[in-house]
Order: sequence, then structure tokens, then C-alpha cells
Amino acid sequence: MSPTPLLRVENLRVHFPVQRSLFSKPEAWVRAVENVSFTLRTGETIGLLGESGCGKTTLGRAILRLGPVTAGSIHFDGTDITHLEGRALREHRRRFQMIFQDPFSSLNPRFTAGQIVGEALEIHHLVKDSAARDRRISELLESVGLDPRLADRFPHEFSGGQRQRIGIARALAVEPQLIVCDEPVSALDVSVQAQVVNLLQDLQKQRGLAYLFISHDLAVVEHLAHRILVMYLGQVMEEAPAGGLSQQPLHPYSQALISAVPTVDTASKRRRIVLSGDPPSPLSPPTGCPFHPRCPVAQPRCRTETPMLRDLGEGRRVACHLV
Amino acid sequence: MPLLEIRNLRIDFGTHRVVDEVSLSLDAGKTYCLVGESGCGKSVTALSIARLLATPPASHPRGQILWEGHDVLTMNPQQLQRIRGGHVGYVFQEPGASLNPVMRIGTQIRESLAHHRPQFANDAEVIRLLRLVGIPAPETRLKAYPHQLSGGMQQRVMIAMGLAPQPKLLIADEPTTALDVTVQAQIIELLRDLQRQLGMALLLITHNLGLVGDIADRVGVMYAGQIVEEGNALDVLQRPRHPYTQALLRSVPELGSAGRRLESIPGTVPRPGDWPTGCRFAPRCPKARSECSVGPIDWNPGGIDHAVRCPHAEA
Repeated sequence: MSPTPLLRVENLRVHFPVQRSLFSKPEAWVRAVENVSFTLRTGETIGLLGESGCGKTTLGRAILRLGPVTAGSIHFDGTDITHLEGRALREHRRRFQMIFQDPFSSLNPRFTAGQIVGEALEIHHLVKDSAARDRRISELLESVGLDPRLADRFPHEFSGGQRQRIGIARALAVEPQLIVCDEPVSALDVSVQAQVVNLLQDLQKQRGLAYLFISHDLAVVEHLAHRILVMYLGQVMEEAPAGGLSQQPLHPYSQALISAVPTVDTASKRRRIVLSGDPPSPLSPPTGCPFHPRCPVAQPRCRTETPMLRDLGEGRRVACHLV
Repeated sequence: MPLLEIRNLRIDFGTHRVVDEVSLSLDAGKTYCLVGESGCGKSVTALSIARLLATPPASHPRGQILWEGHDVLTMNPQQLQRIRGGHVGYVFQEPGASLNPVMRIGTQIRESLAHHRPQFANDAEVIRLLRLVGIPAPETRLKAYPHQLSGGMQQRVMIAMGLAPQPKLLIADEPTTALDVTVQAQIIELLRDLQRQLGMALLLITHNLGLVGDIADRVGVMYAGQIVEEGNALDVLQRPRHPYTQALLRSVPELGSAGRRLESIPGTVPRPGDWPTGCRFAPRCPKARSECSVGPIDWNPGGIDHAVRCPHAEA
């Protein structure tokens, strides 16, 4: 284990302006990501768990410098990439890639599978000639379990699971060290979902990849991740080792989230905590703890004081006054 | 007599067969869960119950759909009108796409009432329905447009619309798929409460096996247009007999399963038109033998009230 983590995110904030028109002053700010800090090591998977609108995708995109960063810093392999631009950023881009949720809209319908996978090879000048390029494309398709003879087919000729494999091959083309997976299995059927989850695990073992795995599905996150960050309204509410979260969730939000997961295991009828209300809008977040309006155990101080993320040891951090 | 009985139903789209030999029966006040992956025919089966499929391209060349003993497939338009929305209410997957974006939600619910219970087409009844589905401050919310509500609230409005005619059967097609987990739990809780209060039957279409254990009395597992396993919900979950159901249950990650390798089913679901002869799961089945791909596969009744379409299944 190297002393410098592969990725170190410190106090990252992403705020979006709300404007009536392009030239007017912002009327308000959407605080999509608020003060998020964590580290990720080579070969490790961090699961980013949260409901829609909690900022998990914005966070993933900001880390890859695909979206804006308002404040804070992102260190990749010791280098501060927060403010890199142009050529310097492109140099680093090779080392981190993304896999997207929707295998239908994230592939160019007019490119063949081979072209999709090969494009990045050319952009980054990773192959000398077209023969080497074709060889590399075949290798990549094979490594994700696709028949290289399918390289001439277009995305619409593939099933959802196969398309997601093409997306993975595309990400692997530049031999990255970190892949941000944004809900990569959510659009797939369960039987196919398991194939892709297993593929991601195999690739990690073979290549020592680090994953930031974004999902709303606790069971999938827990299965794949070594550590889990639970996000709510742009903030990390709890960090825990994968097994620890479902065994002993500490934050009331994590507890509710876990109890809400429907299970096929009928023997263990968990007590279900049904939260009232919807997640509030990040445009007007509640004062104090962002979760207090829905929290079943909220105290008066939760309304006024924002809890800090405290280190509890054994890899656990939690932002709650009551823990 | 069961409230709804489907016998040997077949549905074609043009020349493609999409649903084949589907039979199921649902008693008043009970919950039946139809589970399967995308393209298995569960939604078209549900839609055909109130004849909501456009014909053509769809046709029902074989089978019967008996509503309280009367075949829906031979009903005239007036009779169908009473079934649609009247006896059978529908709730669809994407509430955002199912609601009219330029109509206030109160007006939309009143429209449903005007059709089926005209004497109750007033604000008081709309408010009662909104309160029934747990929408806070219904007096003001009935003036809201759909975009002013969250996904969970929109789905509650859809359920209120489905309930407006006081149906005997509510068909919910993936009602929670587009929603967040915590909101999903709210909606399932709501459906269960409503069913208990109103004594209606519920046909739930889902791909989520986890929901089955939560809510269903009976379950039918569909694969490539057929029901391949049918029985008491808990029994099917605890002792799945069909290799497809077994594999499906093992391929779902469960909490506390970290480290265990997920079992995946090789290959993909065959599309309508590409169904193999004999057992349709045979090409992906670990237990398949040569005889599996010849001839139609009959039901293997096995234990009490728990049948599978697989000759090799243990009792």
C-alpha cells in the first residue's frame, strides 16, 4: 500500500447558480456538493450511496474534472488536478475514466463497437497504425467478454448488458487507474446485472483498478465496495466499511435507507423505518442537519446546528449529533 | 369463482407471439405478483386484462380472460367501458409520463370520477382520495400541476386516480421502479394499507423479487412469454423449483453478501420470435438435457400449490 492515496478529495464543494437569464446575477445557489472529503487507494472500491438528487453524480463528475468545482481540492496520485486545464489536464485524463448509467444513450449510435472503443486509442496516440489499433480493440472486447468479431456491429445490435460491456471496454482502452462507475448496472435486468458486477470485480483484480462506484442500490454497493459513503443533500452523512454499514448503520438516514431495501430473504423480517416526506430541494436546504425534517429521532439542536463528520475509528465517520 | 381468471392466454403482435399459454387466477382482496425481466410479457399481459392493447397490431388468438366469469375478450364496447377504470384500475411505472402536464391534478382525478361515479365528481371527493393516498394538505395540492410535485407524490396522485372509481382490482405496473428506495418503501406501504382498507385485489407487475416477499400472496415468474413457476409467494421465494427462478434469486445481491460471487445467468433473454422450441430457458439452463429442447414443456405440479414448467424440477 503506497503512502499517497490514488485519489484524495478535500472539502470539495460544487455550487450551481440559479439564474433567470444568462446575464442576470444568480438569485440563489444550488449546493449540490458540500464539503466532501475522502481518499481512495489503488485497487479499492468506494461506494457512493444516495438517492436521486443527493449530488453523487455531480461529485463523480467533478472528481474527473467533467464538471465544475467551486471550492476544495482533488489530488490524483499526488498531483493537484483541481485547476488543471488544456494539455496538462488531457495528460491526466487518460488515468481516470467513467462508465455511464444508460448503455443506450452513452454510446454513439453511428459508431461501430470497434470505433467506440478505438476512438480513445487514437485521441491519446496509444497505437501506431491501424493494424495495432484493431488488435488492441479485439483484446479489449475480449477482456470484457465480447466476441471480437462483433466489432463491426452498431450499438443497436447489442443487448443492454453487451452495450454496457462496450462502455467498459471504452473506459479500459486508455488503461486508467481509476474508473468512476455511475450507476452502471441500474438499467440492466437482474440476471445481466450480475454478469456486469462480476466483470467489474474481475477487472479490478486483474488490473488493480480503483473504482468510485455510484449507485442508489445498497445491495449492489455493498457487494462491490470496500468502503461506503452515504450521501444526503450533497453531504456525506456516514462512512463505513462495506459490511459494517448494513450490519450496524449509525446514522438515522443510513438506518432508514437500509430498512427500506426490499429483500427476498423472507426469514429475516427487518423492522422497516418508513420515512415521511421527500428529500428536500438542494435549492433551499434545511438549516442545521440536512436530514432533520425527515429524521425520526431529531432533537431541537439538529434544527440549528449542522453536525460535523466525526471520526469514530475503525474506518467509520458519521455526521450526527446523536451518535 | 375467482375475481379474475386468465386461461391459456396468447398475445401476438403482428406475426410475433409475445405471450403464450399464460394462466393465472386472482381472488378478491388478494395480491398476485407477476415477476420477470424486461421483455418477458408481464406488462402486455396486464394491459390485456382490460383490453388496453391496440388491436391491431396486438391480437388475442387464443385463451380467455374471465372477469367474474365473463370473458373480457368477447365483450362489447359498453361492457368494456365498465371494466376499464371502473372495475379495474391501473397505475403505471412513470408517473411523470402518465399524468397530463398541463392539467391540475384535481381536474385529472375529477375526470376519472366523472366517467365512473359522476355523482361524486366534486372537490370534496378529490380531497378525500388525495388524503387516502397520503398527500399532505390536499385542499391546496389539488390545484397543483404535476411538475410541482415530486416523483413519489406524482405516483400517489396516479394511485388516487386509479382508486377513484373504487375498483375491485388495482393493477400496478412497476409502480416503484422510477422512485428512490425510501420513497419506494412509502408507496409499497401505501398500497398494502389501501388494499387492507378497501378490500381490493392487487396485481403487481415487477422485476424486483424483493417486493414479492413484502406484499404478495401468490407469485408467477415469467420468462420469454410464459409463466414458468407459480405458487404461494413465500414458498416460491424459499423453495424455488424452476432453474430460472433459482438462478434469478441467486443473482440478486443481498445485504450482507459482500465477498460472495454473484451467480450470473449466461447469455441473454431471447427476444420474441427467437424463442427456442421446447423449454425456452434450456439454452441458458445449467440442468438442461437433450429432451428439454423437444416439444412443449408441461406443468410439473410437484408440491402443494406450487407448479413449474420444468420436467426435472424436484417436488
